[in-house]
Formats: sequence, C-alpha cells, structure tokens
Amino acid sequence: MDTYTNKSEKPKPARSALYRRAVLDAFRKLNPVSLSKNPVMFIVEIGSAVTTGLTLQALVGQGEAPAGFIGAITVWLWFTVLFANFSEALAEGRGKAQAETLRRARRDTPARKLKHPQRDAPSEQVPSTALRRDDVYLAQAGEIVPADGEVIAGIASVDESAVTGESAPVIREAGGDRSAVTGGTRILSDWLIVRVTAHPGEGFLDRMIGMVEGAQRQKTPNEIALQILLAAFTIIFLGVCLTLLPFSIYSVRAAGAGKPLTLTVLIALLVCLIPTTIGGLVSAIGIAGMDRLIRRNVIALSGRAVEAAGDVDVLLLDKTGTITLGNRQAVAFIPVNGSSEALLAQAAQVSSLADETPEGRSIVALAKEKYDLRAPSVSAGGNTYDGMTFFPFTAQTRMSGVNFNGTEIRKGAPDAMFDYLRQHGQPPPAALQTIIEEIAKHGGTPLVVTRNGEPLGAIHLKDIVKGGIRERFAQLRKMGIKTVMLTGDNPLTAMAIAAEAGVDDFVAQATPETKLQLIREYQAGGRLIAMTGDGTNDAPALAQADVAVAMNTGTQPAREAANMIDLDSNPTKLIDIVEIGKQLLMTRGALTTFSLANDVAKYFAIIPAAFASTYPALQALNFMALATPTSAVLSAVIFNALIIVVLIPLALRGVPYRAVSAAQLLRDNLLLYGVGGVIAPFIGIKLIDLTLVFFRLVP
Amino acid sequence: MTTLGIAQIAICLGGLLLLVKPLGAFMAAVYEDRRTWLDPILRPSEHLIYRLCGVSPTEEMNWQTYAVAMLVFNFLGIGAVYLLQRGQGFLPLNPAELGAVAPDGAYNTAVSFATNTNWQNYGGETTLSYLTQLLALTTQNFVSAATGMAMFAAITRGLVRRNAQTLGNFWRDLTRSTLYILLPLSLVLAVTLVSQGVTQTFAPNVMARLVQATQTTSGELVTHQTIAVGPVASQVAIKQLGTNGGGFFNANSAHPFENPTPLSNLLETVAILLIPAALCYTFGKMVGDTRQGWAILAAMLIIFSVFLGIAVWAESAVNPIFAQLDIDQTLTDAHPGGNLEGKEVRFGIANTALWTVATTAASNGSVNSMLDSYMPLGGLVALVMMQLGEVVFGGVGSGLYGMFAFVIVAVFIAGQMVGRTPEYLGKKIQVYEMQMAALAILIMPLVVLGLTALAVVTDAGTASIFNPGAHGFSETLYAFSSLGNNNGSAFAGLNANTPFYNLAGALAMLIARYWLAIPMLAMAGSLARKKKTPESAGTLPTHTPLFIGWLVAIILIVGALNFLPALALGPIIEHLLLGVGV
Amino acid sequence: MVAQLNSALRMLGVMTLIAGGLYPLAVTGIAQITFAAQAHGSLITAEGQIIGSTLIGQPFAAPKYFWGRPSATAPFPYNANASAGSNLGPTNPALIAQVQARAQALRAADPDNRAPIPVDLVTSSASGLDPHISVAAADYQAARVARERRLSVAHVHALIDQSTTSRTFGVLGEPRVNVLLLNLALDATQ
Repeated sequence: MDTYTNKSEKPKPARSALYRRAVLDAFRKLNPVSLSKNPVMFIVEIGSAVTTGLTLQALVGQGEAPAGFIGAITVWLWFTVLFANFSEALAEGRGKAQAETLRRARRDTPARKLKHPQRDAPSEQVPSTALRRDDVYLAQAGEIVPADGEVIAGIASVDESAVTGESAPVIREAGGDRSAVTGGTRILSDWLIVRVTAHPGEGFLDRMIGMVEGAQRQKTPNEIALQILLAAFTIIFLGVCLTLLPFSIYSVRAAGAGKPLTLTVLIALLVCLIPTTIGGLVSAIGIAGMDRLIRRNVIALSGRAVEAAGDVDVLLLDKTGTITLGNRQAVAFIPVNGSSEALLAQAAQVSSLADETPEGRSIVALAKEKYDLRAPSVSAGGNTYDGMTFFPFTAQTRMSGVNFNGTEIRKGAPDAMFDYLRQHGQPPPAALQTIIEEIAKHGGTPLVVTRNGEPLGAIHLKDIVKGGIRERFAQLRKMGIKTVMLTGDNPLTAMAIAAEAGVDDFVAQATPETKLQLIREYQAGGRLIAMTGDGTNDAPALAQADVAVAMNTGTQPAREAANMIDLDSNPTKLIDIVEIGKQLLMTRGALTTFSLANDVAKYFAIIPAAFASTYPALQALNFMALATPTSAVLSAVIFNALIIVVLIPLALRGVPYRAVSAAQLLRDNLLLYGVGGVIAPFIGIKLIDLTLVFFRLVP
Repeated sequence: MTTLGIAQIAICLGGLLLLVKPLGAFMAAVYEDRRTWLDPILRPSEHLIYRLCGVSPTEEMNWQTYAVAMLVFNFLGIGAVYLLQRGQGFLPLNPAELGAVAPDGAYNTAVSFATNTNWQNYGGETTLSYLTQLLALTTQNFVSAATGMAMFAAITRGLVRRNAQTLGNFWRDLTRSTLYILLPLSLVLAVTLVSQGVTQTFAPNVMARLVQATQTTSGELVTHQTIAVGPVASQVAIKQLGTNGGGFFNANSAHPFENPTPLSNLLETVAILLIPAALCYTFGKMVGDTRQGWAILAAMLIIFSVFLGIAVWAESAVNPIFAQLDIDQTLTDAHPGGNLEGKEVRFGIANTALWTVATTAASNGSVNSMLDSYMPLGGLVALVMMQLGEVVFGGVGSGLYGMFAFVIVAVFIAGQMVGRTPEYLGKKIQVYEMQMAALAILIMPLVVLGLTALAVVTDAGTASIFNPGAHGFSETLYAFSSLGNNNGSAFAGLNANTPFYNLAGALAMLIARYWLAIPMLAMAGSLARKKKTPESAGTLPTHTPLFIGWLVAIILIVGALNFLPALALGPIIEHLLLGVGV
Repeated sequence: MVAQLNSALRMLGVMTLIAGGLYPLAVTGIAQITFAAQAHGSLITAEGQIIGSTLIGQPFAAPKYFWGRPSATAPFPYNANASAGSNLGPTNPALIAQVQARAQALRAADPDNRAPIPVDLVTSSASGLDPHISVAAADYQAARVARERRLSVAHVHALIDQSTTSRTFGVLGEPRVNVLLLNLALDATQ
C-alpha cells in the first residue's frame, strides 16, 4: 500500500499535444454562452467585440481614434480572453487525458444478467447499459465487470488497474469489507455474482470521468462566493467607467479644452480595472486543485469536499495502517516462574511456525535473531511437519498452538490463556499478570505462551509507529488541526501509542458507534471532521464526517458514504488531502489579492493618459513617466493580458503550502501577493512602455 | 502643522480614547440587558414606555421582523417630519411666523433626518419654526441615531449567537439606546454647551441696535440686527452625539451660538466621534473578545490620522493667488493664517481641519467651517472620508455595521490566503454572507457616481453649481458623496434646494441608509444560525496589526480607488492647477 | 405587520414626547437656572437697549472702528438672522476679486501701512458672524484707529489687550480679539 509514486504507467499526454489542444479549446471557449458563466471574462469579451467594431469603423475613416490604436487595444483585449480560456483548457487537459483512459474501460460490455442470484440460474445476455439497480449478473474469469455492484456470492481475483492504476490483482468476495466491484475492471480468476448498485451512467467510473474531466465540475462554495465578490467589483468598475464619460464631458466644458473620453479608452480602463487576473484563472485553479488530488490517486466525488478538506479542524485517524504499520512485531520474550527466555523463545517460535500473519512471522524472526533458533520451514497452509500438529487461531478458542512429541504449546491473548490455564488447574501466576500489565502500559500487546498447561511467559508484541508520522502531526498542530487516534485497543495501550505517535487525543476501545458519536460531538462544537474508513460499519461515520475518504478496497457502502475515494487505499493520505484543500483556497486568495493590488498602478497609468487633452496637468500623476497617452493605455492593457499568462503556472501548480500558523501564512502571502501585486504592475507597465517606444510601435 | 495644532489634536483624540472603554462597556451592558448604574432611575420609565407602546420587550425577532419594525418606524418618522414642516404655519411655537416648507424641500428634509443624514437644503433660522425644530428634527436626531445603534446591536448579536433564529427586539434596542445612552449624554453635553454660550430659550429672536449702521446690497440703511436665538443647545448636543449634524442655524457649528468657544469646539468634536468609537469597544465586549473591537478602532484611527494629516497640511498652505496680493497667510502665535476663507478665527486651522475630518469620517456632517472654500486637497480629504463608505467611525451604529461589510471582504480574501473557508469570529463566511456584503458595498459607488453623472450632464444639475471649473464638478460630486453616504455636509455653494437635488438626494439617502442596513441585517440573521468554529492556530487572527493593515488596505482599495477618476477631475486637477506652495 | 405599525406609531409618539418635548424642556429649565445669560444669547445692553451679543459680530466700515472679518451674509453683512459663508472656492475668480477689493479698502483707509495684510481681514468667515479677528489683524489696524480717534497707539494696544481672549488652558483655539467689545471700549473712552 505504498503511495502514489509509481504511477508512471498512467498515460501522460505529450506536452505539445496538451498545449495544442488547449490552444484550440481556448478559441472554442470564446463561445459567449459558455463564457457568460464567468462574468468577469464575459465583460472582457463584450468589450473586445465593441472595440472590434470601433476598429472597423476607424478603418473606414470615421473612428474616434486612429485605427492602429483601437486595433492594438482590440487585439490585446481578445488576447486577454484567450489567455484566460487557455488557462482553463490547459487545466482541463490532463484530466481529459485521464478521462480518456477511464472511458476506454467503460466501453460497452456484454453482461450476463441472472434471474436469481444463483450461479446456475437462467441468464440472458444484455448490454451493460441495460443493467439497472438491483439487477443481478454473473461475471467470470476473463470478463469485464459490466457495472458497479456488490458481490453477493463467489470469490474472485480482480484486476482493477484500469481504475486504480495498481497492477496487483485484488480479491473480491461476498460479505466483509471486500465486496464492492467497479464497472470496467477485469475478473482474472473464478467468478462473482453481483447485485448492481448504480444505474448506467451513474456508476463510480462515470462519476470519476465526470470529475476528472471537469465537465461535471460544480463550482465549489468558496468559488461561488469569490465569483460573487468578483462580480460585485465588476459592477462597481462598470459604474466607475460608465460615469466617467459624463464626467469627462463636463470637464471638457469646464476646462474649455480637449475632447471627451473615447469609448476605446473607457473599455481599456474597464478591462484593466475589473479583476481579470483572478477572473481569468479562477476556474483553472479549481480544476488544477482537483487534478492535484487525482495525481495523488484520490478521486473527490464532490468539489465541496476538496474545499472542506482545507477547513478540517479534526482528523480522526485509525491507529492501524495510519499511525502504526498495519501489523505488530514481537520485540521481547519475557519468561515467568523460572522459565528461561531461551525456552520461551523456542516454544513461541515453534508455535508460530504455521502462523503466516505478520505477528507470527515476527515471532519466528525475533527468536531466530536473538537465539539463532533456526526453525524448520513449514509449507504454507500445511498442518503437519515432522509430526507436528498445528492448531490455528479460531474465534472460539482465541488461541493457536502446536502439538508434537506429546508436548502441547499454546499461545494467545491473556484472558483466553488465563481461562486455559485455569482449566488445567493452574491459577495464572501473579508475576505473569504483572508482566502483562507492564507490556500493556508500554503500548504493547502481550501474548501468553504455555507449555503443557504451564505458563512460560509472555511475548511482547509492539505496534510500530510509522516513521515521520510524529513530525507530520506536529505540522498539523501548527496548522491548527487536531489529530485524534481511534483504536480498538484498551485505554492503557492506546495511551502509550498516542504518546509515541504524538497525536492530540485518542479514543480507545472505539466501536463504529463511538466514532459516529465522536464526530457528532465535534461537529456540534463547530468543528469540521475528516476521517478515513473502509468497512461497512464505518459507513455511518463516513456519511457524518465532513471529509470522508473511503479506501478503494473498502466496501460499497463505505464508498457510497464517502465523498472521496483513495485509489491507493492509503489512510495516511488524508493529510495530503487536507494540504491540497488548503492549497486550493490559498491559490485563489493569493491571486485575488494580486489582482486587486494591481489596480493601483493601472489607475495611475490610464487616468493621466485618458484626460491628457483636457487636463494636461494631470501628467503629474503619471508616476511611471509613460511616454505618451497612447502608449500608457496600451501598456496597461498589454500588462493586464500578459499577467494572466505569467500566472498560469502558479494557478496550475498552486501556491506552495507550508505547515505554519495562519498568522504567518497570511503575513507571507500578503507580502508576496499584496505588496508584490502593488509593485509588479508599476514595473511591468513601465517595461512594456519602454519596449513599445523602443520598437516605435506607438506614436 | 504647528506644535499647538498637534497638541490640540492629541488632546481631542486622547480624550476620545479615554472615554471609549467606559462608555463602550456601559453600552455593552445596555445591549446585553445587564444592570447599569442608571437602572434605578431609568428602569421604571423603560417599562412604562413598553406599556405605552404595547410592545413586549422580551419577544425575540428574527431578522425579517426586525427589519420590518425598523422600516415601519423609520417611514412613519419620515411622514411625521414631512407633515410638521408642511403644517408649521398653523402650529404653535412659531414666533418668527414661518410658513409651510415647499413639498420637495420638506420631503428631502424628512428623509434627511430620518436617515441620520441631516443634509440641510434650508437655512434653519429662516425656514423652520421652533416646533418643527423640536418635534420633528430633535426627535429624529434621537431616533435615527437610536435606529442605527439598534441595528448595530442586532447585527452584532448575529455574530455572537449560535444556532439562533433571532437577533433581539427592535423596540427594546431602540428604547434602551435612546433612554440609557443618547438622552443622558445629550443632557450633560447640552448644559455644558450652554455654559459656553450656546443659547437655550423659547424666546423670540432678539433685535439689537447696531453700533455702526450698515447697508444692504441694494443700498437700504440697516440700523438693527435681528439675532436669531432658540433652543439650540439641546439640538446641538444630540446632533453631534447622534452623528446627525443638522444644525439649528444655516452656518451650523460655525455659528457662534452653536459653537462659541474653543472648548465647546473640543467637546463637540469629541461628541462627534464618541459613540462610533466607543461602539467598537462595545462590539468587542459583546463578542467576548475586546481585541476585536480595538482592532477595528485601530483601523479607523489609522485611516483617520493619515487623512487628518493631509487636511491640516492642505489648509495650512498658502494660497499662491493670495500671496501675490501681499496677504500674510503664515501661521503664527498672533495669527491663525492658512486658508481662512470660510473659517472662524477662534478655532484656527488645526481644530477646523480636525473637525472636518471627524465630521466626514463619522457620518455627522455638521461643519464649523465652509468646506466649499477649502483648498482642493482639504476638500478632497472630506470627499474621500465619505467615499470610503462612512465606515471610518461612520454613523452611530451604521458606521460599524458598514465596516463589517469591509471586514467580511477582508476576511474572505485573507481567509482564503491561509487555506480555509474564511471565518470571522468563528462564523464561516459563505456564499450568502458574500452576497450580502457585495450588495452592501457595491450600491454606494453606483449611487454616488451615477447621480453625479446625471447631475453634470443635465441642466437641472448644472444650474445649481456655484463655483466655476473643476471646483464646480467637486461640488456636485460632494453633494452626492454626502447624500449617498448619509453624511449631510456639503460644498454649500451648490444650490441644493431645487426639485432635482431634493428628489435625487432623497433617493440617494434612502438607498444609502436602507440598502446597506437590510443586507447587513440579513447577513446577521444567517450568521446567527451558524455554529461557531473554535479558534485554533489555523484560524485567521483578526486582531493583529497585520490584519488591521490588511483591513485598511481593503477599505482604501475597495472604497477609495473607485473614486480616483472622479477625484482626478475635481480636487486633484484643481490642486495641480493651483500650484499650491506651503 | 399591523402589530408593528401599531407599535411604531405609539413608539413615535412616545419618543416625540420624550426627545422632542421633555428633553429640550429639561435642558432649558436647567440652563435658565444655571447659565441664564448664556442661554439667552450673551446679550450686551446699554441704556436698557440691546446693542448686540458678545458672540455675534457686527459690521464696521468706518476707519475709526476696528473692522471685523468680511461677512458673506445676505442681504447685508453680519445678518444674524441668516448666517452664511461665501462658499467661494480657492480658485474662484470671484473670491480673488473680493480679496483684492478688501485689501484695497484696507490700504486706502491706511495708506501708510505697508505691512502684509493678515489673511483673516480679507477672507469672509464661515458663519458671516465671526465676532473675532486675530491679534495680528487688530495690531494691523491699531495705528489707523489711533490716528482716526486721536488716541495714542499704546492706548489702543492696551484696549486690544483688554478685548483679547487667549487660548483656553493655553492650548485650545487661537488668541483672538472681540471686535464689538473692542469698538465699544473705544467708544467708551471718548
């Protein structure tokens, strides 16, 4: 269950092809119907259309200004729209490529629809698109799973690489936590009877395609709020520019000099003032945010969840798999009642020979390492070896062991073993109880080992906390996020692990009900909760949590209840998801700030130029010493267009996120994007002006 | 700027700051319905009022009900003021025997006083009877201020309450604002002002024999001076405390009977800023974190101080045209100097500029000098203070809840920059809040610029302009900046008592008052329903110097930049053409 | 809505009674007891006749009187029933012309005085009723008044000092000369 590092097998479109398609899409997106969803850029498009008309008028000789000037403004206004479209198209590009791959998996496959959920029930061949919810079908080795569903009978190995990119096959079987199958995956062996859980077009794969393509992209709440703010600014600036014409008419009359403003300059001013930078990049930022998740193999089933991830206050983390490695390891043998450590080690090793669990293997390994006890190899699944009879762990006995040469070795959880000892007329010795408590206090799990009904001692099994996780939690704390560990362990063990891992809080002996209860409590206190889950019994908690990440290996109910699916099934990824959510918001905030701060310079470029004929004295406001009014207006418009292109990489990559406090983040970002946003255009516009003058592109 | 000038400003602002905490804490107690030291005297009257009005003070209102109560009460007030003006000729307490006010002018005045604008298109002493001044204007001075304060209380409760549907009771907030805050303060201030020479009498105007006779412009001999007096102090006290600003006399607080001494000037200046400043503390107290209140006050003071500096500098400057006439404009110990046209000798430059910035920052609008005669940049400061949306102090109550709209925008952008759904005081700022804040912020520039545009291209608008050139443009821009922000001060050369300005102005005042108030109330209703997110290291801090600076930047960029083109064609070009030297 | 209307009507009535009736009456009552002279307008009487208010300026144009601030009230200067400023902007040619005319009048009345004219003597006040001029403005006129009245300049200066109010607490406001009181004092010396 390693992370997303080895995903090179996923087809990546060639860079040039991506750009070529984005350029074409940029033109396609000029369609006013689609553009009207973005009020800022729609206004720019209308302005461009008007100046195009004015250019034509000027060309036939009745223009309000030289055709060259109006024409140049017009060209750059169109560029402004195109650049914005291009950014969006580019952001969609990568998602589209992935959608292609997914879509190939979704091709129409024949399905064997069953009358009853039995393997030998009468069946009919139907196209997968004809399957409805609650239909039952049979899928056999070599076939493509025709629709999402839940396994109700059978067991099979399934290649899910089409969806997850993970080439190792997974086991799917009825009941338990591995019962969900996804349409488009391939059965490798055996067979499954599956009940359909989604109508055609609504399946998991369809939703994924929709999400990655951006076609179904719903604007997220913060994005809508931002659009409202941008629309408000746009309306204000529209008012500012519209009223400037009457103002200039009055001024011309009052000063007795000059001419009223031209429509071209007014439109240029309007486009420069309205927040085109953020307006042009806002959808690219949103799409790129989703794309960053996809590249980490997380599919968000709603954009809202991605933003909510940034808001999360509390992470509920399952101990196993997230905080500790999935398995415990033996770290010590502690003898009791005069038994020797070597004896205990040997007995423990022998009893674990047939135990293929990681714990069992770690006992064998520890014994070998400590006493160089070379265990005879045991064939997998075999019950006998050299006269040994193994008793595997069962839910009834809650112990495992081996019989050989009249010796009976047993090992198991303390309470089960104490019962076993009592049955053999042996009250559990007090010393053993002390040892067990000691192990538990240090976060370990004790296993008691007996020989012939006599206690030999205990094995200390220890949870291994993942490397680097402590530092990760410290970062989260700095970001103001509380981590809560959930574990089925007893409180003593839980406390020790919690301390070792550095979580803020823990819940021991957690059940699905306590999880749900905990989430509700936190939410009532105004907190936003993120959690991961995979089992069916996690589903209610997942549904309740604000950000719920289901493991792709999880059950269908868990996946239905979640709002994100982690294809790698790596619970630690929740932390990445939080960071991506934050990054998405930060990028929007930073570019909004930059966009607004830019206006200061643009005012000082355009206003002296606009009224140069009426009030030449206003040149005192021309701080940038721009060469001529024409070049001043043109430079501002060109800067306004080019800055979108310059910022596309930032919009797609996102503002770098660092785990520091909000106060520090704000300071750094304000300095960079706020102060930088005020200064940059002064320099940029001046440079463009110098260039225009140098190449004699302006009169 | 002279040392004494700075000292006077420091005394005024220092005194103000000393009063912020005690008054702010007192007002918090009033709005949280806690016991105050005035209870023994006022509690019985308070309950009597509820009984007389048939209201149940404990009945909680949701934002819609609150808004309806507020609007109904305000519109009734407009009706009452209108009728009193129209009928004053037949009513008592009219010793000067003044007739009915013209319908358009009366309507404008009615709207003006009910909306806490107190724009005056009339000369008080020659237009309104004592009865009208008292029953209509003084009453509205109280209740329009109390309305703003009630709205503030309700909107603040939206931030305080969680999972709640209601914001309080309008009648209770109105009554308590008037009874516990405005009345006691006014009473004390009014009597103090009388001690300085402000008149307070119901006697008719006084005839005084002139020491040296003079002539009218048409050459008639004048031997007597009719000295207008009246119940001035009671009205002046509330006009300053309630950020109303409507004077008893035409010259407003430049008139020696409204503002006779430097001490009365100091008290009135403090009174202008007192409640808006103290409400910041009240706000902090109510939300349970006084740092939040101080932060907002700090942002206000920063903007205030910067523009005050510009105004004092501009008005101390030498008018180069006068300098050519061998006129002494220097500031000395024996001589106020500077631009004294339209200013009174007793106040001098620093006090006058301080007043002007205070009265335009707070949406008061009373003047102790004639703004139309200001140097271009001095006038620009007054314009900008209003065009910021009257949020730097602003009207009592309304300034602070107008400020909330800017805080919401600042929090929204900054909150995103720290990677969280923005929240203010634990309340998430989401789509609905943004819609309301956007509505509140966008309407003002549109109204001000739109009506100014209409005025400068129509004959009805340009006919009223008094001064020529760019200054004439400033007059119109000033009028609608003032009306569209419920300020009430004027570049008074503009003849605003015309049907066009009366009606357009009334429209601007109504929009400015209620279009701002209702979205903010709606936002509060939505915020009250929300949960409160506990603070953590990931929470955007809204009390730090950094955030204060950011808020200031947002106010300046969102508020002031919109007006830069218009200002360039008015005061800025006038300044550049004048070539001012210092 | 109807309930609100009912409450609103009654509330407006009660508020009018309190704010428009009781409050001004209370202020008037207290003021009449504590500061009766100020409450009535700080009036000056001579021989049983009101001849002005210490707070309201009067027009003076004769060379033997100190002149106050120019007044923009209509229809005659210092009309205390119609306070007003000129509202002329700083670049308005009309303002320049007025200032020029006032400067000429001052110089014509006192041709020997070559000092620059203090700005308060040529600019109209905000209220049109400003009772004060600056000390510099009084000093500027002292020689003229002394000559017209055949008084010593020192005596006139002494009278100026008598009519001068210094800064309140040494800080607030400007030192200023009450023109009406000064002129009354002048008249009284003869």
